[in-house]
Amino acid sequence: MNRPSARRTVDAIWRIEAPKLIAALTRMVRDVGLAEDLAQDAMVVALERWPETGIPDNPGAWLMTVAKRRAIDWIRRNRQRDDKYAELARVSELISEDDMDKALDGEVGDDLLRLVFMTCHPALSREARVALTLRLLCGLTTEEIARSFLTSEPTVAQRIVRAKKTLNAERSSFEMPSGEELAERLSAVLEVVYLMFNEGYAATSGEHWVRPLLCQEALRLGRILAELAPREPEVHGLVALMEIQASRLRTRVGDQGEPVLLLDQDRAQWDRLLIRRGLAALERCRKLGRPLGPYALQAAIAACHAEAPASEETNWIRIAALYEALSRQAPSPIVELNRAVAVAMAFGPAYGLQIVDEIAGLSALENYHLLPSVRGELLRKLGRYGEARLEFERAAAMTRNVREQELLCARAAECDARSSD
Amino acid sequence: MRFMMIVKGTTDSEAGTPPSPELLEAMQKYNEELVKAGVLLAADGLQPTSAGIRISYPEPGGKPKVVDGPFAEAKEIIAGYTLIEVKSREEAIEWALRMPDPHGFGQGEIELRQVFEPHDLTSEPEALAGQAALRKQLDERRRP
Repeated sequence: MNRPSARRTVDAIWRIEAPKLIAALTRMVRDVGLAEDLAQDAMVVALERWPETGIPDNPGAWLMTVAKRRAIDWIRRNRQRDDKYAELARVSELISEDDMDKALDGEVGDDLLRLVFMTCHPALSREARVALTLRLLCGLTTEEIARSFLTSEPTVAQRIVRAKKTLNAERSSFEMPSGEELAERLSAVLEVVYLMFNEGYAATSGEHWVRPLLCQEALRLGRILAELAPREPEVHGLVALMEIQASRLRTRVGDQGEPVLLLDQDRAQWDRLLIRRGLAALERCRKLGRPLGPYALQAAIAACHAEAPASEETNWIRIAALYEALSRQAPSPIVELNRAVAVAMAFGPAYGLQIVDEIAGLSALENYHLLPSVRGELLRKLGRYGEARLEFERAAAMTRNVREQELLCARAAECDARSSD
Repeated sequence: MRFMMIVKGTTDSEAGTPPSPELLEAMQKYNEELVKAGVLLAADGLQPTSAGIRISYPEPGGKPKVVDGPFAEAKEIIAGYTLIEVKSREEAIEWALRMPDPHGFGQGEIELRQVFEPHDLTSEPEALAGQAALRKQLDERRRP
């Protein structure tokens, strides 16, 4: 094996093994930054040895052994300096290396889950949570993270260093939350994963081809979480939502780079495998027998679209009902606006307009171009062209997306022509 | 990027002999590992070719010729597949190397193949540039 190929192979193994290594080491040394350093040291040793010896049969266990020895050395060396490590050293002397092997090579699922809770800790800012999760759980380099968020490498590096410091100050950050706290912490984790996904999803319409990496990483992380916390319905709900949304990635952008709306997308191009996986995840969520949470409801709505063979065959009545359930669980003007569209499709534009008019005055929607855009569309369908034109013009003035602006102006002009008929 | 690990057929798989309990367990453990790592998309085993048919077109533009199984050459036969989604070719190779020997008796063979994909889920600049160039060529050819 030559060195460049060894480097790439070791990188691949790092991606597979790093989260488990870091999780188990964090439990040992109670310091996530140190755990990452120890794991990386082990990789450096591997990079030196493997080109000579070949890759061991079980590279994960090999790395774990090297890292573990370094961890024990480190603990013993530092016990005099710090009370925290004195305690760890005492523990590490009481147990044999064999015990340690068993503890480290066995089921690391709980450690991994603790690590996810840690990287999504409430003491950290949202940006820090995302960066640290991508680094420690997805094995992305600082450079990859920086590219994904269109920011500089030093910014991301600094964000990660600060986050690790904050976590070290929080002594209990590696504990498994329980009871009410568990629900809260879990929703923080899911939020980070979905944030990651949306960051990638929203960017796929631009030229920033690198960002789908985020969609992929979010999906992978979601799938991992589904195995770590299989009894949590919202985990499966989020996975279902992401799988189904990802199934449409390739149809969201037209040949000229223009966004293609859901109902205009070529359904034959949707990824059936991901749809099937999404529906299976939703089924797993339902089987837990608890009321559907916000992610599961959004997934159920996405599933309605995925299951309709053609846009005209969409079950809008069901979608309207799901939006109503969603607006009760997670009320927001945006959900209301979506509900208005579904109600209009199911029962007629007049009913949709009623809902839109109820939220039209909200300051939260003041600069939201989709509000006048939806209102314009409903008025147009009702034949109130004059009013519709005004709404389309308002929407066009609000959006910053040039292509969307062109579309809205065309609509306004069309209404203008009709109203003077 | 997606990769398919194709497990080739053997005399056992063609005879419909079920794998040994040890192999079944090893396979199950391996699949669980793929699931836990969040990389498994789909995996299936196929019935012996005695239950299948082959459709061929010996004459261009002619009618299809249908032949019932079983078919000879076990190595040319697909006995199962595992579809994974990973970040690099090396990662795919690493996973493929971890798959247990699918049959034993010196007949086990796994083929690793990359799946064609549009640019959406790729992040490799070279691959994207290649696709963009291809698209441009096609566009130029389409023009009268």
